[in-house]
Amino acid sequence: MSEQLTVPTMAELMAEGKEPDILFWVGSAGSYDDRAKKITKAFVKILNKANVNFAVLGTEESATGDLAKRAGNEFLFQMQAVMNIEVLNAYNIKRIVTCDPHSFNCLKNEYPGLGGNYEVLHHTQFIKELITSGKLDIKNSDYNGKRITFHDPCYLGRANSEYNAPRDVLNTLNATLLEMKRSKSTALCCGAGGAQMFKEPEKGDKDINELRTEDALKTNPEIIATGCPYCMTMMSDGVKVKEKENEIKVMDVAELIASSQGL
Amino acid sequence: MNYLPNIIFAIILVVGIGYFVKNVKKLFRNIKLGKAKDISDNKSQRWKNMAMIALGQSKMVKRPVSGFFHIIVYVGFIIINIEVLEIIIDGLFGTHRIGLSVLPKSLYGFLIGAFEILAALVFVAVTVFWIRRNIIKIKRFFNAEMKGWPKNDGNIILYFEMVLMTLFLVMNATDLAFQNAGTGGNVISQFISPIFGDNPETLNIIERSAWWLHIIGILVFLNYLYFSKHLHILLAFPNTYYAKLTPKGQFPNNEAVTKEVKLMMDPDADPYAAPPESDADETPEKFGASDVQDLSWLNLLNAYSCTECGRCTSECPANLTGKKLSPRKIMMDTRDRLEEVGKNIDANKGTFVDDGKQLLNDYITPEELWACTSCNACVEACPISIDPLNIIMEMRNYLVMEQSAAPMELNSMMTNIENNGAPWPYNQQDRLNWKNE
Ligand code: SF4
Ligand code: SF4
Repeated sequence: MSEQLTVPTMAELMAEGKEPDILFWVGSAGSYDDRAKKITKAFVKILNKANVNFAVLGTEESATGDLAKRAGNEFLFQMQAVMNIEVLNAYNIKRIVTCDPHSFNCLKNEYPGLGGNYEVLHHTQFIKELITSGKLDIKNSDYNGKRITFHDPCYLGRANSEYNAPRDVLNTLNATLLEMKRSKSTALCCGAGGAQMFKEPEKGDKDINELRTEDALKTNPEIIATGCPYCMTMMSDGVKVKEKENEIKVMDVAELIASSQGL
Repeated sequence: MNYLPNIIFAIILVVGIGYFVKNVKKLFRNIKLGKAKDISDNKSQRWKNMAMIALGQSKMVKRPVSGFFHIIVYVGFIIINIEVLEIIIDGLFGTHRIGLSVLPKSLYGFLIGAFEILAALVFVAVTVFWIRRNIIKIKRFFNAEMKGWPKNDGNIILYFEMVLMTLFLVMNATDLAFQNAGTGGNVISQFISPIFGDNPETLNIIERSAWWLHIIGILVFLNYLYFSKHLHILLAFPNTYYAKLTPKGQFPNNEAVTKEVKLMMDPDADPYAAPPESDADETPEKFGASDVQDLSWLNLLNAYSCTECGRCTSECPANLTGKKLSPRKIMMDTRDRLEEVGKNIDANKGTFVDDGKQLLNDYITPEELWACTSCNACVEACPISIDPLNIIMEMRNYLVMEQSAAPMELNSMMTNIENNGAPWPYNQQDRLNWKNE
């Protein structure tokens, strides 16, 4: 499979004297986390299929600093941000797309104050753009009529009021979209935000991802869709805790689109 | 003529309003203990938000039942208070129902009729609220932070409103002049009137008592506000006006940190240079917040405005899964500590004397702060746009940047970011390996 992926880096394009139309910000999870890497690849397949002129920073990319900021280390965040902005500005980047709502939020909202001004898109927004502009054609999908429920990532939904893009994209699959009782602006967090992903939870009577998985299970779905690598971990774990991993798949919107098109 | 009642009335009025003004001044002083924060942008959007959210209660009705009854109480209460104007004029000048003689009869009847209907509706709504709190026992009114004063406060205010509404109706019902004036305004009170019989003297005594108790009650209520979550009926307005307009996910970048980072990254800066003269005796800026004075004035205004409704807590993922964190408690603690600091200043002739306490640890524990997922559900849920998350983040900043007191796992996560640009201990050179896997 891997030989099919075309993933130019900025350095390579630069050497050829070319400029990409958009930078794909892979993010730390998308680069290193085994499950999230699959989302990254699925998204690249979509980009390749739609002939998008994109590039990644590759080894020149570094953590956005979002995690450090939410963990209270403003200092580390700003160090990371200033470093990344230097790289991004040197490459004259104008447009960025990312599969990680945390990077999305950070790049979009918190970098401008430090000198990094870019148009930043979440991958669901970009996929929607590809579909609407006709660059990506969604043919009959395997997900016809499948019961899919979408879990809103906090940093895409509440944090940036984007509730429609992922749903619009999912709707192209002719699936049956099910809404959880808590959805959109009242969606429950998966439990990973605010750097929780990297620590044990405080004492309580339940884990947050379990509660959120219960919300999802109540819709009796075949697939739980997400748009965030951390939500992916949390919801997958939740489904395992509920011993439903054989019946219910947790998939990123990009994976659904890619696999529906046989990519 | 006997001027004694007028004089007594004037004294009560002056004392009541005077005490209120004194407390409002204290309120301003306490809020100004917070750090400066410039919020002078986007005036038209801010007015709009205030009109929609505070005046129009747009966020209240997201929960339809409480929203509906709240609007009744809110509209009723404001409109009925127009009647206070007449009471004040009558009280000061010794007139009786001045409105009857200066307004067209039908208009006066319409006004009082509307007030009576609203009073009855408010009474019903308040009763519903009382039942929700005390019989149905809605969960969000019974979290740990709702014991003692906050719990009583919630009920006291309901009793207050019941009594005030009753007094208003009784006052009208026993006022023979009004009942017989044929204004048609006695829509509700005409049915209460017969209960009190028809002895003019008894009626007059009851009417006068109700009248006095009504105005005294309103003044007491006004002064009760400062000590109560009911301050929100005033502060909801500035609070929604000054609320954050940027996306909820956008956390402010700390400018003091920016200065230091720029300095560190500046290749021309001499790391061994002595700090410029002027900085010599300045204390270095404290990062984050450990006490109320480190928070912004907006955080403090938020704290005074909080209605303790618990909508935030009832949507908080940490709280829903049994963690100690409750965004409502964050707001209540901030207010309590601010009050304590304020009293300290009063007792020490205008300066704060270290009392060995602070907001962190003595009120809000690190355990609560670290349970937050920064999901913004609390901010979204708050009917008057309070931002508990901002206080949590400010306090985390203090814990991490001033005390290096992050949980161990977070420290190693941050060390990884520092060393290899990712939260995991992977080599930055491997960042693109996924491509070939
Ligand atoms: S942001 Fe924090 S305090 Fe607010 S609801 Fe989410 S977890 Fe709770
Ligand atoms: S912060 Fe807002 S939602 Fe929470 S208790 Fe106070 S007023 Fe209610």
